[in-house]
Amino acid sequence: MSDSAKITLATAWLDGCSGCHMSFLDLDQRLIELAEKVDIVYSPIVDTKELPRDVDVGILEGAVSTEENLQVARRFRERCKFLISLGDCAVSGNVPSMRNTFDLDDVFDRAFVETVQTQPGRPTESLPTLLRTVVPIHHVVNVDLFVQGCPPSADTIWYVLTELIAGRTPDPTQLTRFGA
Amino acid sequence: MNLEDLAEIAEQSVEAEKSQRHCVRVCMAASCQSSGAGAVLEGLRQHAKQDADGGVHVKPVGCMGLCSAGPLVSVDATESKTEVMYKDVKPDDTEELYAGLDGAPLERLRCPTDIPFFACQQRIVLKNSGIIDPENLDDYIAAGGYSSLVRAVTEMTPADVLREVKQSGLRGRGGGGYPAGLKWSTVAMAPEPHKFVICNADEGDPGAFMDRAVLESDPHRVLEGMALAGYAIGAEHAYVYIRAEYPLAVERLKKAIKQATKKGLLGRRISDTTFNFEIEIRLGAGAFVCGEETALMASIQGLRGQPRPRPPYPAEEGLWECPTLINNVETLANIPSILARGGDWFKGIGTETSTGTKVFALAGRIAHSGLIEVPMGIRLREIVEQIGGGIPDGRRFKAVQTGGPSGGCLPEEHLDMSVEYDTLRSAGSIMGSGGMIVMDETSSMVDVARYFMEFCMTESCGKCVPCRAGTVQMHELLDKIAEGRATQADLDLLEELCDVVQATSLCGLGQTAPNPVLSTLRYFRHEYDEKLRPESERLPPLPVVTGDH
Amino acid sequence: MPGPPVTTSTGMKVRVVTLKINEHDIGARETDSILDVAQANHIRIPSLCFLEGLSTWGACRLCVVEIEGYPRPVSACSTTVSEGMVITTHSDRLKRYRRTILELLFAERNHVCSVCVSNGHCELQDLAAECGMDHVRVPYRNQPYAVDSTHEMYRVDHNRCVLCTRCVRVCDEIEGAHTWDVMGRGIECQVITDMNQPWGDSSSCTSCGKCVQVCPTGALVKKGTAAGEMEKHDEFLPYLAQMRGNR
Repeated sequence: MSDSAKITLATAWLDGCSGCHMSFLDLDQRLIELAEKVDIVYSPIVDTKELPRDVDVGILEGAVSTEENLQVARRFRERCKFLISLGDCAVSGNVPSMRNTFDLDDVFDRAFVETVQTQPGRPTESLPTLLRTVVPIHHVVNVDLFVQGCPPSADTIWYVLTELIAGRTPDPTQLTRFGA
Repeated sequence: MNLEDLAEIAEQSVEAEKSQRHCVRVCMAASCQSSGAGAVLEGLRQHAKQDADGGVHVKPVGCMGLCSAGPLVSVDATESKTEVMYKDVKPDDTEELYAGLDGAPLERLRCPTDIPFFACQQRIVLKNSGIIDPENLDDYIAAGGYSSLVRAVTEMTPADVLREVKQSGLRGRGGGGYPAGLKWSTVAMAPEPHKFVICNADEGDPGAFMDRAVLESDPHRVLEGMALAGYAIGAEHAYVYIRAEYPLAVERLKKAIKQATKKGLLGRRISDTTFNFEIEIRLGAGAFVCGEETALMASIQGLRGQPRPRPPYPAEEGLWECPTLINNVETLANIPSILARGGDWFKGIGTETSTGTKVFALAGRIAHSGLIEVPMGIRLREIVEQIGGGIPDGRRFKAVQTGGPSGGCLPEEHLDMSVEYDTLRSAGSIMGSGGMIVMDETSSMVDVARYFMEFCMTESCGKCVPCRAGTVQMHELLDKIAEGRATQADLDLLEELCDVVQATSLCGLGQTAPNPVLSTLRYFRHEYDEKLRPESERLPPLPVVTGDH
Repeated sequence: MPGPPVTTSTGMKVRVVTLKINEHDIGARETDSILDVAQANHIRIPSLCFLEGLSTWGACRLCVVEIEGYPRPVSACSTTVSEGMVITTHSDRLKRYRRTILELLFAERNHVCSVCVSNGHCELQDLAAECGMDHVRVPYRNQPYAVDSTHEMYRVDHNRCVLCTRCVRVCDEIEGAHTWDVMGRGIECQVITDMNQPWGDSSSCTSCGKCVQVCPTGALVKKGTAAGEMEKHDEFLPYLAQMRGNR
């Protein structure tokens, strides 16, 4: 049950390694403290199927590299009052964007043909529609806060969330940076 | 060679011309040449040769100005006779034209000379252009050439020369408008024994051909100006840095240097004085940035043509770290006249802060395009509507672009502005080197800005980050706006990049690269706004891959 | 008024001038650059292409500062101080300029910090943190650049190059080999070895490795280093530069 006094938080994981969410889980016992003030309404770590309409804080991990990523990013922007890009993939494209300098056909071949021993070949279904270029989230929707790091440390995430809970706008640049 | 010798040559030339029945001048500047003036000249020469009566002198000359109507032929442009000018002359027309020399002029090809295009001009730099044979030194001398130099070295001190130039109020014609006298004084006062003079003939603005025309039409005038500069500042060596894309100008310069040296007007012991002055030519290999003075000097020294931070200015530390005076072609071409008639005379032309005349290359959507020289302070409207003959095809005027890629676009409401360094700058453009492109209502100002940004992007030397990487991003944003893919956020970003590139770039090229965007935004912002899509329809940066993937 | 001349360690007489940097009154020799003077007075001005011991290049434009009465900011590395200068090093405008210049650099080539051998020891990365550049607004150019691993000990990864030309200068001015230079124009510029030969085939390279040590990013690195392992040491440079200067 959601407590209306609590801040609602939604997170999603786009094209990334889930490391940022792992770092979030690294909050360890602080998660309990967090749960007293924050209601996680949508996230890979909770069991909700739909993003609610009005969310206070949205956190996106990962870059935008598929049509689905694009939809998620847009939905988050629409429904979250404050949107955070968490981690280098979300902020800069990072490792997922390294495919941008290659032809997409070559990327597919490398992934599904050249490096596969059994039954090489491109899958014909359940492959997401890829964007030609992987981009950071703020290149498709407006983002309110950027938290760099690969991944940002649990301390950084803690700092960001506690500042937000306290009603202040955090400045995480003193705690983290690209590649940190 | 002293003043008497010069006078004698001049007298002989004048006598020779008087004895002729007719003098037929054929424009052999690059523009007319490319539309077939060579064959016209040859045809007329054949007729003159076969003429039993003789007495017709067919003479190749430099630019007559009205390039859009070339090849141009002028008959009897002398004080005692009435000039008849012909336009669009084809080799087949020469027989008819020649036949008309003594009879009625050939009306079919006649180009009136009393139209504002010619009548509203005031020629100092272009005084001999289209009149004298640029490859004939005696012709230049007959027009008073080299008398300023000979008088200066025999009768004046360097300080006297400097005083006249200072008094004239002449400002640099290459774009910056720095007072020439001040620059000269700085170099003159430098204690170093070795100094240099450089003539910057690396004209690179799109649509600008003033310097080319001056060098092709009257090369000795520039050489004389350089020698006077050398005398005033105490330099014995000079370079003309000229772009290799001007082969005709290069050829004529080479020839002119050879002729003048042979006559003792350049080289060692000029006019039997102790003043030596040698001029060498250096060819530019097509980099726009080499028109920037520090890049130009690097190029002369055999280094990679890229700018360095100033100060030190070339006047303090220039070529091989020696004090160096760099002036543009047109600036130097003014010097012989200033010395001949005095700084006060020059100061009397134009306005208080912008003295003298300015040569413009008039181009674009205008009836008469070509080369014009007008007094400073003239209204833009007079240039566009009278000299230029207005906009053809009944279209409306929209903007005039001055100053090339470093300049800006001025709209209708600025047409009554007077053409001066400071007024143009305060209106968001610059005088520049003299390119003037007229645009009509069919021109898209976003496209104009994009065109100039592409120019700056490809011509960036790549040394400093804002210019190298910033122009690329600005061009990309302009592309996006022009193609209707951009939102307000993109336009905001473009404006911010303009600010950064303008404020932080290393040299003038980068610092002024945003000007075409800024001036079109200032006067034609609605054209940008019309192309923006709402934020809610923001597109992903690149199209989605669909189909077989 | 400028003070009386003082004698430097090299026996040259220079004047002392007084100026203001960020409201502090400072005395300095008139031959020093603004960057020198700021450094000596513990005022940090971000810079990238500048390196003590090498000639001044003035190209990164990160060290731009404002001087009262000047029409536009100037690079602190290439501008010498003069009497009465009033200098600002960290106005909001300058901070914004620096951030934007860093954005342009990050978008120009492919600086993926997390997998870079210089991660954690990179001047570009540090500058982004120092200047608060936490995201790049302009589109990434995503152009592929070559990696040359032909040299026995070193590697050049043009994806990480910022064209500061420290390698070019150290090779020419300190080592005296002039193996490195720049080719191309504008965005096409690239550092090259010899006449754009593979580094391993260079006949002029002495394999001294100075270029690697002065490179601010992961563009020039030692082979066999994994992500984050490439630490650089350019402390040798001022000493060598001084020794060369004294000869």
